[in-house]
Amino acid sequence: LLRSSQPLTGPNRRRCREDEKLLGTILDEGERGFIIDTRSAQAAKQARMGGGGTEPKSSYPQWRRLHRALDRGRPLQESFARLVEACSDPSASMDRWLGRLDSSRWLGHVKAALSTACLAAQCLDREDSKVLVHGAEGTDTTLLVTALAQLILDPSCRTLEGFQGLLEREWIEAGHPFHLRCARSASSHARGKQEAPLFLLFLDCVWQLSRQFPLSLEFGEQLLLTLLDNAYASAFGTFLCNSERERSLCKVKESTHSLWAWLEQPEEKHKYLNPLYSHNPLVIWPSVEPQSIQLWQGFFLRWIRPSQHLEEARAEIQRLVEGN
Amino acid sequence: MEHIRMPKVENVRLLDRLSSRRAVVGTLYLTATHVIFVENGSETRKETWVLHSQISSIEKQATTATGCPLLIRCKNFQVIQLVIPQERDCHDVYISLIRLARPVKYEELYCFSFNPKLDKEEREQGWKLVDLNEEYNRMGVPNNYWQISDVNRDYGVCDSYPTEVYVPKSATAHIIVGSSKFRSRRRFPALSYYCKGNNASICRSSQPLSGFSARCLEDEQMLQAIRKANPGSDFIYVVDTRPKLNAMANRAAGKGYENEDNYSNIKFQFIGIENIHVMRNSLQKMLEVCELKSPSMSDFLWGLENSGWLKHIKAIMDAGIFIAKAVAEEGVSVLVHCSDGWDRTAQVCSVASLLLDPYYRTMKGFMVLIEKDWVSFGHKFNHRYGNLDGDPKEISPVIDQFIECVWQLMEQFPCAFEFNERFLIHIQHHIYSCQFGNFLCNSQKERRELKIKERTYSLWAHLWKNRADYLNPLYRSDHSQTQGTLHPQIAPCNFLYKFWSGMYNRFEKGLHPRQSVTDYLMAVKEETQQLEEELEVLQERLANLQKSQSGNNKVKSKQQDRSKQFGLYTSNNSLANTPQEYSNDLKSFPSRSPSQGDEDSALILTQDNLKSSDPDLSANSDQESGVEDLSCRSPSGGGCLPSEDSGKDSDEAVFLAG
Repeated sequence: LLRSSQPLTGPNRRRCREDEKLLGTILDEGERGFIIDTRSAQAAKQARMGGGGTEPKSSYPQWRRLHRALDRGRPLQESFARLVEACSDPSASMDRWLGRLDSSRWLGHVKAALSTACLAAQCLDREDSKVLVHGAEGTDTTLLVTALAQLILDPSCRTLEGFQGLLEREWIEAGHPFHLRCARSASSHARGKQEAPLFLLFLDCVWQLSRQFPLSLEFGEQLLLTLLDNAYASAFGTFLCNSERERSLCKVKESTHSLWAWLEQPEEKHKYLNPLYSHNPLVIWPSVEPQSIQLWQGFFLRWIRPSQHLEEARAEIQRLVEGN
Repeated sequence: MEHIRMPKVENVRLLDRLSSRRAVVGTLYLTATHVIFVENGSETRKETWVLHSQISSIEKQATTATGCPLLIRCKNFQVIQLVIPQERDCHDVYISLIRLARPVKYEELYCFSFNPKLDKEEREQGWKLVDLNEEYNRMGVPNNYWQISDVNRDYGVCDSYPTEVYVPKSATAHIIVGSSKFRSRRRFPALSYYCKGNNASICRSSQPLSGFSARCLEDEQMLQAIRKANPGSDFIYVVDTRPKLNAMANRAAGKGYENEDNYSNIKFQFIGIENIHVMRNSLQKMLEVCELKSPSMSDFLWGLENSGWLKHIKAIMDAGIFIAKAVAEEGVSVLVHCSDGWDRTAQVCSVASLLLDPYYRTMKGFMVLIEKDWVSFGHKFNHRYGNLDGDPKEISPVIDQFIECVWQLMEQFPCAFEFNERFLIHIQHHIYSCQFGNFLCNSQKERRELKIKERTYSLWAHLWKNRADYLNPLYRSDHSQTQGTLHPQIAPCNFLYKFWSGMYNRFEKGLHPRQSVTDYLMAVKEETQQLEEELEVLQERLANLQKSQSGNNKVKSKQQDRSKQFGLYTSNNSLANTPQEYSNDLKSFPSRSPSQGDEDSALILTQDNLKSSDPDLSANSDQESGVEDLSCRSPSGGGCLPSEDSGKDSDEAVFLAG
């Protein structure tokens, strides 16, 4: 599984021998690979006007390109804001709730993200093919797809440690611009241009996986919520800045504490573990039918709905598994 | 057998709903009670059995190149799509099924031929499992305020009521009879639930025949009697579960609702649950959404909202909450009615009882609740669920809605119910299956005339025998959630009502979470129990040994790490390994030559082209799937032997050798 950003084909259909060679060496003789472009075919074509573009078939003959449009940026931020509004509206009647849920389009984004990740995973696992994922910059929807695909495919990513490693690799080191994307929250009226809840979308998809495979992730919902909180506002340096370069310039590693170190502590760790976890060596294929994708109540209704009974249930599960 | 034109058809294809390319070939059999499809595969020969009683509709679709499609929709939401090669065979099957699915005599139903190989004694015992007299006694009646009345002993007063009803002490036979003449279908106010703690009660009836101005002294006295039976309150609520408009319209037909001016000390309340026709249409629309092929998120959400189904569920729940509050918090008695007092009234009274009394949240208590508020009080099972061929306008998912309310509550209060989702689904299944005699006919009178108890078996006994499958592992009778009244949130709570895919997509296993937390926890509980028993045995042995030794060896047992120790659970990881189709277009791969241009649009990874075959979700043909090696990892009971490579002194488990 590879990731990159878009090739700078431009309006004049430039070519780059080195890039073609690089992609050529990845595949064996006669082997086919897939390029999953997270923009629609239309958008990818239009990107050429701005200097970007797609890999032309003629220059990259062994690669087959698939387009799966995933929203990012402003539309995603609007979607998020609309959903939060619908959830917090005390006057919302049952009559129009589902309509409002639908017009926010948030669940549609979750479905699309999971479907694309599954497609990538299917190419790798079922087709034994290599996959290259990119969108425009390679810092948003690209990472969403590659990280989810790994969770689906690789049981080691589903352990607490493995998941942390996945986040480090596929989000932090890969250069997702946390500082820009998680500048403010959905409730803020000031909508920064670069803001977008990609990381939240990723964690929502992870939650969907945990709901469909409750025994296969070593961590629970509490970890996801903690990660989200820290992405937006944190006492730790883990999610600071926009890239490794910036972190190095700001001397983040020397001047701040790591969130992972905090979570590692035994008195903290147990809060985030899933008592039902048992190692599942298989690939976990989620269902992306609408009935299978649900609103992440633990996040969206976190401050709205009392969770006492669900917490009691969780405590009971813990008690049962630990055999008090 | 005379209705079966074609008892057997070969080379029939059974299509999978989600993936129309996944079809199995087999043989279709028609028997007097079932339709059976048997797969041709040499190893599996999987069988699909469908009871005729379950068949809701049959649709013969246009013949295609592959054959003649037949779509069978069932009342338990199973949808079976068959393709029969010859059009004439298909037609014969269609005609046969139409007749078989619409029996005209009770004797045609499966319950009269079903034979679970029990003797007469066991059959009788099965029927005695749920005893309503015991139940009323448990509630605390008869007592100073309530008495049992046999005024209806020959069904002379009301033929849809049971022979024994509970009425207030001050309600004489004269009052009861007079009141019954003023009530639709003669369904006079009778006790549904009595709250021992504060004497408040829930009574139920049908609408009064008040028209615009009619009055009835006895009926007014009846309501007064109900009020007097609760000395703690000086008024009662009268709850009409219909929308105000409908109730008012009924007045023009000489029926209607109680006028607060005429009935002293009542507070009248409309709750607004729609009628059976609206509910029937609502379910129909929701099922259409479920049948959409590859719906988008929008298709699904809009479809669901348009059906209005969850809105109706909430309305029933809200009514139950109102009544439960009135009884538990205000200590005020409530009289509930709708039009005829056998649909919405039953729903609302049983939801309220469930909220109020933890007994009804146990397995036995739930069976008792259904027996009381649905079976004994004359809910029209035959008309509503089509035991026999009848008026399609009478069909309505009334008890399904009640069962769904229970499920919604289970989702909100996971520790509060002794039973699990499977229990509810099986009950719903058997209400339509007519395999047992509990839900036949329209009233107790009809069932007695048919001698149901002598000729059929009781579902309750069957469920009770298999109760281990229906337990909720999170239930503990001493848990705070299981004590006292349940208080579901009323507002805001729109989002709390979820689509019940476990019921309406029951047979589409791919849609549900692939790992069952309930089953896992039940297995944990079982193993824990086993280990605890073993521990006891070993501890006893230890104690005996200690006695006989000088006793200078210390024993400490180490706290087991449960999750690592637990090795007996076999997780069904095979389901985890089957991807669904993640793309929509249907071009096969990789037939396009590379020279065909840049715009290579959506490509499908079809199951046909994948190297490993994944036929059925339940078959384990894939190399990757299969059961993990789950041998027990460490000895149970006692402590752990210190590992050989650890150089540390283990001040952990040191235990007595031998």
